[in-house]
Amino acid sequence: MQKVQNNKAWFLVLPVLVLVAFSAVIPLMTVVNYAFNDTFGNNAFFWAGLEWFDEMIHSDRLHGALGRQALFSAIILAIEVPLGIFVALNMPKKGFWSSLVLVVMALPLLIPFNVVGTIWQIFGRQDIGLLGHTLAAMGIDYNYTNDPIDAWVTVIVMDVWHWTSLVALLCYAGLQSIPQAYYQAAKIDQASRWAVFRFIELPKMKGVLLIAVLLRFMDSFMIYTEPFVVTGGGPGNSTTFLSIDLVKMAVGQFDLGPAAAFSLMYFLVILLVSWVFYTVMTNLDKSEAGQ
Amino acid sequence: MAQITLQNLAHSYSAHPKSDADYALKEMNHVWQDGGAYALLGSSGCGKTTLLNIISGLLRPSQGRILFGDRDVTDAPTTQRNIAQVFQFPVVYDTMTVRENLAFPLRNRGRDAAYIASRVQDIARMIGMEAMLSRKAQGLTADAKQKISLGRGMVREDVNAILFDEPLTVIDPHMKWELRSQLKQLHRQFAHTMIYVTHDQTEALTFADKVVVMYDGRVVQIGTPEELFERPAHSFVGYFIGSPGMNFLDARIEGNRAILPKGETVDLGADYGRQSGQTRIGIRPEHVRLSGAEGLTVSIRRVEDVGRHRILRAILSGHDLNILLPEGQALPSDPVRVAFQPGKVGVYVDDWRVQPKLVERAA
Repeated sequence: MQKVQNNKAWFLVLPVLVLVAFSAVIPLMTVVNYAFNDTFGNNAFFWAGLEWFDEMIHSDRLHGALGRQALFSAIILAIEVPLGIFVALNMPKKGFWSSLVLVVMALPLLIPFNVVGTIWQIFGRQDIGLLGHTLAAMGIDYNYTNDPIDAWVTVIVMDVWHWTSLVALLCYAGLQSIPQAYYQAAKIDQASRWAVFRFIELPKMKGVLLIAVLLRFMDSFMIYTEPFVVTGGGPGNSTTFLSIDLVKMAVGQFDLGPAAAFSLMYFLVILLVSWVFYTVMTNLDKSEAGQ
Repeated sequence: MAQITLQNLAHSYSAHPKSDADYALKEMNHVWQDGGAYALLGSSGCGKTTLLNIISGLLRPSQGRILFGDRDVTDAPTTQRNIAQVFQFPVVYDTMTVRENLAFPLRNRGRDAAYIASRVQDIARMIGMEAMLSRKAQGLTADAKQKISLGRGMVREDVNAILFDEPLTVIDPHMKWELRSQLKQLHRQFAHTMIYVTHDQTEALTFADKVVVMYDGRVVQIGTPEELFERPAHSFVGYFIGSPGMNFLDARIEGNRAILPKGETVDLGADYGRQSGQTRIGIRPEHVRLSGAEGLTVSIRRVEDVGRHRILRAILSGHDLNILLPEGQALPSDPVRVAFQPGKVGVYVDDWRVQPKLVERAA
């Protein structure tokens, strides 16, 4: 068959390109513009080169926020992934209870982020919050506005409460796709519960787990609303994560140049880490397949 | 190894079965002899897999008992029954190598490494996968995966029985023959009780010493391939075994004669007395012969040449009648007359074969 060269097809993608340009490329370019220039208002820009980047890379403040951010993401991944798997394994597989549990599990995912923040902010208060008041009554010294450890615990528990469902639901979907014959064969082979998990359930969940880890990493690395509502980044800077710091810098102090440089680097870091995650995990998959 | 006894066994998937129709498996009593090679034959949905899962303990029967030897195992879990089972679709542990897959049932039972290694080697040779032992099971073809499943089923030597649930469905025809004959050989060598579920009569008849035919949740006949062919106990067996299946003709039974709807009479060769209900006579296409001048007049609808022989599709007294024409025999010219081989005609009342009166035999 004769292949017809036809460039008209490009016109068909043009609307999408225009849309993407307005929704993503042009706003991003504005940020790029701010990152390489200095401005004193009135739309007057002075070339600054890599000055802002240089300043940001050597800024202790950014290092601190990055460290806290990495720690936060590591902790919530370490809790939510195993916990999500555990919950998924114990969810009822069919019948009325399975539907009910699915609905209950989906509930935290449907609550707007700042509402989640507000719920926990009130929940943890010593004067009117159920949790804070109960802990105080039990003689436990808990105050997330004063104590950095308490603040961290609150923010982490809140994130686990909010997002473990996502991991669990993804794993549950993976588990449901395992044919009954696998479990029957495992019984015939006298496999232990651990062996069933290790050799049947985990391999079948690997695909969805990869997605779950990626989603949770990206989301947690960009987290803003919930900790901001609960602690406002405090006490001190102890729960100031990258996004919170960025907003403080851009909107609070109006340092648009450094903030823009910060944003670009932030974006690249997330892109890079996600790519590394994905590559490593898919390669693991391939080497396990022995091909 | 042990003899497996089913006592008053029945199973229903609904919690409160009301009528007979709610039972996937109707009440049955049966003994599987130790070391027998059985085929469980029946169309899809007749309860074969249910019965198999009850024997292996994956399913608890709603009534009745199962005995292994003298031991009641009705409530014993699968792990205590020491049964191997191979499923219809391949079940392999993807992340393990072929070797680990084959060794898995033995490792779980704590056998020592040297024994496992030699046993795995034997089984791998049998299923023709020695060269692939170190490969991951993931990414193998369905054929290869099913062979691994078969291998895992056979790797244990001390099992009470090996159950096969249509294991060769996904295997290509050439390999089917080979694997089946290997199973047969394995049976002769180790004399395990084997129960082989299938809906393919060739598979059943070539594999088994005894074929158990199931229909609608009931065991309708247990017998050697020859018995099933010569004396089907139920019209389903007649239909299902043989190609084409048995011919059934509505008939009134009067002593040793059957009277067809249009008045033709067929000699039954024995006295059946009077029968009420739906009465039919059954005759295999192999046992109908062309008879020249005398006999029953049939009209031929068409002739099918299937290679070894030809099948005449005819009509007798308003019923379809298939006739097997041996190779070399000339096509008859009108009018075509046929005769039934004496003694090969069966009488069926409400689908069940009835025996002639004993007095006739004595005489």
